[in-house]
Amino acid sequence: MERERARRLLWPWHIALLAAVFGAWWGLTATQVLPPFFFGEPLLVVRRVADWFVSGQIYPHLGVTLLETLLAFVIGTAAGLSVGLWLALSPFASRLLDPYLIAINSMPRVILAPIFAVWFGLGIGSKVLLGVTLVFFIVFFSVYHGVRDVSPVVLANARMLGAGRRELLRHVYLPSATAWVFSSLHTAVGMAFVGAVVGEYLGSARGVGYLILQAEGVFDINTVLAGVLVLTVCAVLLDRLVGVLERRLLRWRPAASEGRH
Amino acid sequence: MSQPDAGASALELSRVTCSFPDRGGRGGQYVAVSDASLTIAHGQFVALVGPTGCGKSTLLNAAAGLLFPAQGEVWVFGERLTGLNRHAGYLFQPDSLLPWRTALDNVAAGLQFGGMGRHEARARARPWLERVGLAAHAAKYPHELSGGMRKRVALAQTWILQPKILLMDEPFSALDVQTRQLMENELLAIWADNRACVLFVTHDLEEAIALADRVVVLSAGPRSRPIADFQVGLPRPRDVAEVSHDPRFTQLHAEIWHTLKTQVMAAYARTEA
Repeated sequence: MERERARRLLWPWHIALLAAVFGAWWGLTATQVLPPFFFGEPLLVVRRVADWFVSGQIYPHLGVTLLETLLAFVIGTAAGLSVGLWLALSPFASRLLDPYLIAINSMPRVILAPIFAVWFGLGIGSKVLLGVTLVFFIVFFSVYHGVRDVSPVVLANARMLGAGRRELLRHVYLPSATAWVFSSLHTAVGMAFVGAVVGEYLGSARGVGYLILQAEGVFDINTVLAGVLVLTVCAVLLDRLVGVLERRLLRWRPAASEGRH
Repeated sequence: MSQPDAGASALELSRVTCSFPDRGGRGGQYVAVSDASLTIAHGQFVALVGPTGCGKSTLLNAAAGLLFPAQGEVWVFGERLTGLNRHAGYLFQPDSLLPWRTALDNVAAGLQFGGMGRHEARARARPWLERVGLAAHAAKYPHELSGGMRKRVALAQTWILQPKILLMDEPFSALDVQTRQLMENELLAIWADNRACVLFVTHDLEEAIALADRVVVLSAGPRSRPIADFQVGLPRPRDVAEVSHDPRFTQLHAEIWHTLKTQVMAAYARTEA
């Protein structure tokens, strides 16, 4: 009850805050306190977005970016989950690969984008690969550490009930891994977008990142910001989708506010 | 060491010693159980009582094959235990349900692990859930159940597999008095049916006498081991609420408590120090 009331009271404030930020931006640029050439004009940015959608000009670009994001997200998550489980359950492989994983994880992988472009050309392959390298490690580390957190009592109980290695993997490790994956997916969604857009930005013929690059070339700051706005809304929507999926698949988990008994 | 007579006992712990690395982390060893021997015959119900921290759970873990003793051996139906005890069902003291399965699916888990299809396993699990009085809560997840209800699901989860050896670690201590008596009677009814050998750990002496054929007292830890063994000999079938009025019950209680008390005092003095 309490929570529902707090929620109902909050959304007008969300709108108000957004309106205030846009209002301040508009006021400062309209009065020339901030030069509109460098800071853009909110009304023109919104009109730009509206034009894109009305004329349909944005759809092929947005479609490509979303496809790259989704592919990077799905492939990176699946790979992170399986490698995370595998390494967590085979101590030798994990000890062998541990230093390399840490090294690759701390490497600034965005720099690899041009190399991926050389390998896979300017199509979507290089963007997906960049996104995968970003998403993979987020999911991988959360699964890898999560497996060690499986309650030893639950594990012992499953073994006493006759679970062999396969059953343990399927009925104990995999379901609990799902929980850790979801905890990392919200970060991963953002990273998949970063991979796609940065990839496009560094060399492509299509995509929202490409639109932004084109606009920057002619100092059209309004279009750059419009592109950023569209990407942000998409990222938020995708994050919400993950949230819905999470609530469905993790119905067994106590809500955070309930705590553990 | 001579091999025990095959078939003579269902479960035998032979001079078992279990130790753990010291908590101080300086390479020392904490010897929880030392030179402990215990033999349980087919179909016998043995209660293990002792002061807190006397290694009751350690002995159960050794009997389950979850813990390999540093010295000594465990024999199950005349065979030496080298891995997990496949004949045993184990009721853990802490929460042990699979949190991502509903009450019904938790009860069905053991059957599924054994290769039975999901549909059939669930159908068989339902009457067991009824037996512990939770038919109405079949679709709930563990976090939606109370502590006592979770314990009852765990009981059904273990009982459904009809293990020949039942290891129970203070299974009823989390239940309220009424539910507890119901579950104790249910345990006796189930045991009367399948005559498993039961090793039942409890800190409640009255529960031990009401349920068991034998009550074994462990000495205070560290290096605890069985120091006294009492035959209960109360007539069966018993009702746990009524059996405590039996004069034999009162006499036994006084007798065992006399032994147990010195151990409890010793354990208490040790934690004080």
